[in-house]
Parts: sequence; C-alpha cells; structure tokens
Amino acid sequence: MNLMTDTKLQQALETSVDDKTDELIKMQGRKVTVHYGYKQALFDIDLDIRENQVTALIGPSGCGKSTFLRCLNRMNDTIAGAKVGGMITLDSENIYDPRIDVVELRARVGMVFQKPNPFPKSIFENVAYGPRIHGLARNKADLQAIVESSLKKAALWNEVKDRIHEPGTGLSGGQQQRLCIARAIAVSPEVILMDEPCSALDPIATAKVEELIDELKQNYTIVIVTHSMQQAARVSQRTAMFHLGYLVEEGPTEKMFTNPDDKRTQDYITGRFG
Amino acid sequence: MTDATLERLPVAKAPARRDIGLKRRYAAERRFRFYGLAAISVGLVFLAVMLLSIFGKGYTSFVQTSVLLPITFDQKVIDPQNKRDSDPNVLVKANYPVLAQRALAERLGISPTDKPQMAALKGFVSDGVRTQLRNMVVADPSLIGTTKDVWVLAGANIDSAFKGQIDLDVAEGNRKVSDKQVAWMNQLRDQGVMEGKFNTGLFTFGASSRPETAGVGVAIVGSFYMMLIVLVLALPIGVAASIYLEEFAPKNRLTDIIEVNINNLAAVPSIVFGLLGLAVFINFMGLPRSAALVGGLVLTLMTLPTIIIATRAALAAVPPSIRSAALGLGASKTQTVFHHVLPLATPGILTGTIIGLARALGETAPLLLIGMVAFVADYPTTPLDPSTALPVQIYMWANEAERAFVERMSGAIIILLVFLMAMNITAIVLRRRFERHW
Repeated sequence: MNLMTDTKLQQALETSVDDKTDELIKMQGRKVTVHYGYKQALFDIDLDIRENQVTALIGPSGCGKSTFLRCLNRMNDTIAGAKVGGMITLDSENIYDPRIDVVELRARVGMVFQKPNPFPKSIFENVAYGPRIHGLARNKADLQAIVESSLKKAALWNEVKDRIHEPGTGLSGGQQQRLCIARAIAVSPEVILMDEPCSALDPIATAKVEELIDELKQNYTIVIVTHSMQQAARVSQRTAMFHLGYLVEEGPTEKMFTNPDDKRTQDYITGRFG
Repeated sequence: MTDATLERLPVAKAPARRDIGLKRRYAAERRFRFYGLAAISVGLVFLAVMLLSIFGKGYTSFVQTSVLLPITFDQKVIDPQNKRDSDPNVLVKANYPVLAQRALAERLGISPTDKPQMAALKGFVSDGVRTQLRNMVVADPSLIGTTKDVWVLAGANIDSAFKGQIDLDVAEGNRKVSDKQVAWMNQLRDQGVMEGKFNTGLFTFGASSRPETAGVGVAIVGSFYMMLIVLVLALPIGVAASIYLEEFAPKNRLTDIIEVNINNLAAVPSIVFGLLGLAVFINFMGLPRSAALVGGLVLTLMTLPTIIIATRAALAAVPPSIRSAALGLGASKTQTVFHHVLPLATPGILTGTIIGLARALGETAPLLLIGMVAFVADYPTTPLDPSTALPVQIYMWANEAERAFVERMSGAIIILLVFLMAMNITAIVLRRRFERHW
C-alpha cells in the first residue's frame, strides 16, 4: 500500500511500539453473531478494542462493520428483528447481560453517526442535552462549563462561542459533525463509536475531524468505521478488515497496510475489489 | 489567445436534427396545465356561488328592525290591585304587550278606542316585548308609573318589509303586510324612530317560534361545550394511542389489525356513531338526552381516528436520525419520544387536531340521533343540560317556512363559517410559531 508516506509510516510504527508496553483491552467481542430476521449479518467475530487507541473497521459495503459497531453500544436493540449472539465486554463486563442497563451503557459508549444529526435546537442545548438527562451538572454554571469544555475538546468553541444560542442546524456540515462529537463528549463516555463520520463532509472538514480524532484518543477509546483507506491509515493505530460478515484479519494499522496476512485485505486496500 | 485558438480550429458540423417529439411533449404539457386551471376554476366558481348566495341571503340577518317607543309603565295594567310587594308573580304575569301597543298607537296618533285600527297594530311589534319589558320591570320595579323610551323589536313580517324583502306590488290580500302597516312603517321611518340596528339577538337568543327573537346563543354554547369535551378527551387519548402504536408497540399481527381498524373507523359514516352514542351513552349508561356531554362523547369517538392518523403520520415524518441521536446519548425511549420526537411532530398533530375539531363542529347527523335537535330556549349551564349545536340549529331553521327564518339560517351559516375559518387560521398561526421555534 503506497498511500502512506514513509515518514508517516515511521511515526505510526514508533507510537505503536511505544504504546505496546501498557496496552489495555477496553472492549472485547467473542463469537459475536448478528441476525436480521433470517439473514445472518455477522459470523463469530472475535475482536479486541484497545484503550486509548483508534481502531478502524474497514471493508466493502455490506460487510458488517457498521453492524458490529452498533453492537458495541447496543444500538442494534432499536432495530426490529435484530438478534445479537456471542459476548461483548466493556471492562470485562458483558454488555448484553440482563443486569446491564442499556441507558448507562450508552452513556459510557457514545456514538457519532454517518450523517451529522444535531437536534433542531440551539448549539448549547445540543451539547447540554446529554449531561442534563444524566444529571451530570449540579447547576447552571456547571452545565455551562461542561458545554464549553466539550465544544473546546471538539475544536468548535472558537467558531461558535458568539452564537451558542443559535440553532445547531444552521452550522456547516463539518461544524455540525463536530457539534455531534461535542455532544457525545459532553456525557464523558469512555468509548466513542464513529460510523463513517466524514462520509458527508468535504476534504477540509474531514481533515479537521481527523485531527480531532487524533487528539481525542488521549482521553477516549475510539472505534471508527470508514470507507476511506487513507483515513484509516491516517487516524488509526489498529485496523480490522471485515468481508461478507466475517472478520478477515485484525492487526496494527501499519502492518495491515504494508504486509497483510490475508490476500483479501491486500486486494481491498489496493483497490482490487470493494 | 484563446480566441485565436478558437478561430483556427474548424467548427464541428451539427448532425441532422432528430425528431424527438418536442412539439408533442409541449402540447401535452400545455394541455395538462389547461386541465389543471380548468379544474381549479370550476372549484372557485362553485365556492364563489356558494359564498355569494349565503352572504347575499344572510347578511341582512345581522340587522334587525327596531322601533323606539315611549313606553308608559302604567300601574293599572301591570299591577291593578297594588299587590306586587306581597306577590312578586304579579310582575311576571302582567300583560306587557298592551303597554307596547298603546305606546305604538300614541306614536302613530291612533286613538286607543279605535278598535279596528288597534287590531291592525297586532304583529307590528314583536311579541318578544313581553319578555323584554317584563325583565326591565322585574329588575327595577320603580319603573312603574314612569315613561321611558325603549327600542323594541319589530315583528318578523314588518322586519322583512322594512328590509325590502316583501314585494309590495303584490295584491294586498296575498302578502303578509297590509297597506296600512306599510304606511305606518314609512311614517315611523320618517319620524326617525324606526331603523335597522345591529342584531345582537342573533347571538344571544335561544330557540324561538318567532324569527325575530330566535338566535344561535344556545347553539353556540352547546357547540362550545362539545368542542371542549372533544378537545379534552380526543387529543390526549389520540396522541397517547398514536405514540404507543408508532413508537413503542411491537410490530405484529395484532398491531396490524388495530391499525387497519383505526383507518376503517375514520371512514365510518357519522350517523353510525350517533346510533352508537344513543345505544351506549343514553340507553346503557343513562346519560341525559340532548346533552352536550353526550354530543361531545359521540364527536370524540368520531374525531379520534382522524387525530390518531394525523398524529401517527406526524410522528413517522420525524427523521429516524433524531431518534438515533437521542438514543445514542443514552436517552431512554420515553425521553427520546417526549424530548425530541413529540415536539417535532407537534405542528402536524396540531393541524390534525384542529381539522378534526372543525369536522366535529360541522357534524350534524349523529347529533340528530342523540336528541340534540330540540327546541331549547334556555341557556345550558352545564354540559348535562339540554342544548343544541350550530349545525343542528341551521338544520332546524332550514325546516321552517317563514321567510325570516331563511335569513336567520344563512346568518347562522355565516357564523359557523367564521368559526371554522378562525379555527383554521389558529392552526396555521400555531403551526408557524412552532416551526419557527424548532
């Protein structure tokens, strides 16, 4: 794969070597299967998500990467007829255990969607909604502080601080997506799931979001689904390749893009199919 | 530079034009536009004819001919034996029309002993003076023995003649006002004591067999009670049912059957709902007949499917991405619905509700079956008292033979139309406001 320049590759290699000593597993999938009605969408996926790293899920359309992502915060529960099997753990707790509260899980595992979907409310209300329903702010000043720090973390504060009470839907596409990221951050999740967060954005907005993802990984564990090989190479430390509902292979990003074990991975990242 | 390049190159030759049916396509387009315009024109013409005929017949009902009479509250007529302190009924039973007749005779310069002339005065002033003068005296007995100028209503035929609705070229025996009455009418008009005044009675009177004292007051109160009951019952029940069906209920055979049946209910003729109300609310539950409560319940049954269908459509129109966003933040299903989906659906729900209410306001058939087609002269104080409704009042007046009732009927239609228009405008205004807010 020649999309990564040598220097970037070198950097990626170095960071991953540095991290290797204290890598922890945040989420773990074992024999995960998903059925939509009679159709099986995922077959026995075994995948580890490492803490404070960006894990990219790649693969051709319909390969099940979004389905797997949606298993991680049980968003598949909302789809009629979807059935999840196997086990997924968050900090070694099974998230499909009946004792686990799905509302609490989603507060710990936030999500950013493919299309920016701000609420048709003000920018402030968008970010404040999560902390408000979870009772994270004791008073108004608290809430304002949370909103401000979330918008700052999402690198949006400087652009919107003068119009924080204007509708969030009036922002540009890229700003809307960063608003959605700020909204997810405001709940202080441990893991952030991103489902093709840049597919509706132009290259400049994409660059900003990618920069943001790189910064966020210091505090959060990030799982990102992407169709763009360059994006996976740029932002992720580990990459998992899906195909037709199976996990083809998983490994450090630089290895996946330079020396994959599986021929399908090789073919996909060089653009021979997909 | 570019120009030079352009000049140097040979220009491509256009190939022979193909016939791709442009003429035919444009003709089809023009034809279709014409059909559309024609359809709209036909609709507009019918609307204009309807409105013109209603307003043309009805606008005169907002004016009522009145006569200014110097009424002498003669104690000899009202209370000959001076017993009013011991028996208050004396004031109620007194022969008040005589007072008006005498005052009129005095105005016209007719001697009270001239029997034939006095007989011809009958019907010149409305019999409604009986209640009008009685109420004055009962409220203030000190009026007895004094003379006061009072505007009293003219009789229905005099009113029609004064408004020019009776053809005076017809032979005297074939019309309802005599030449003598016409002469008196002109005399009073010339004196400036007979004129058309704004008809407040149309809005305040209840049912009456005399057109000049008949009004839609009771019907408006009845309709108001019913709308209140429909709003209070149908809106919460309808919205709750829709939210459950649309957001919470599992999609299975049972909910499919419920959905089909709700759609069918919306198509059930309203008279069937009337029969249902008669059987269930009056016969089985023993609620009073002719009561606005029963009418409101029946109209609620009728309006529910409309509201449910409109609300479900409004809920389904909220983009799923909003639901995902809220759920992804850890909002519960109920929070998602009440914080995000329902507010976004509110404009649609409001519109559906007001359209349902407007339909209920104009509904007549079911009310006939539960006995609301009744002669109700007294205002209902609670929804359990007998009352009528605006459309039923129109129906009853349409059955009357007198010319003056036709006028009243058109007036009542105008009032009903104004209410409906006000409701629709409210719907539009509320909708705009909510849409701007979100």
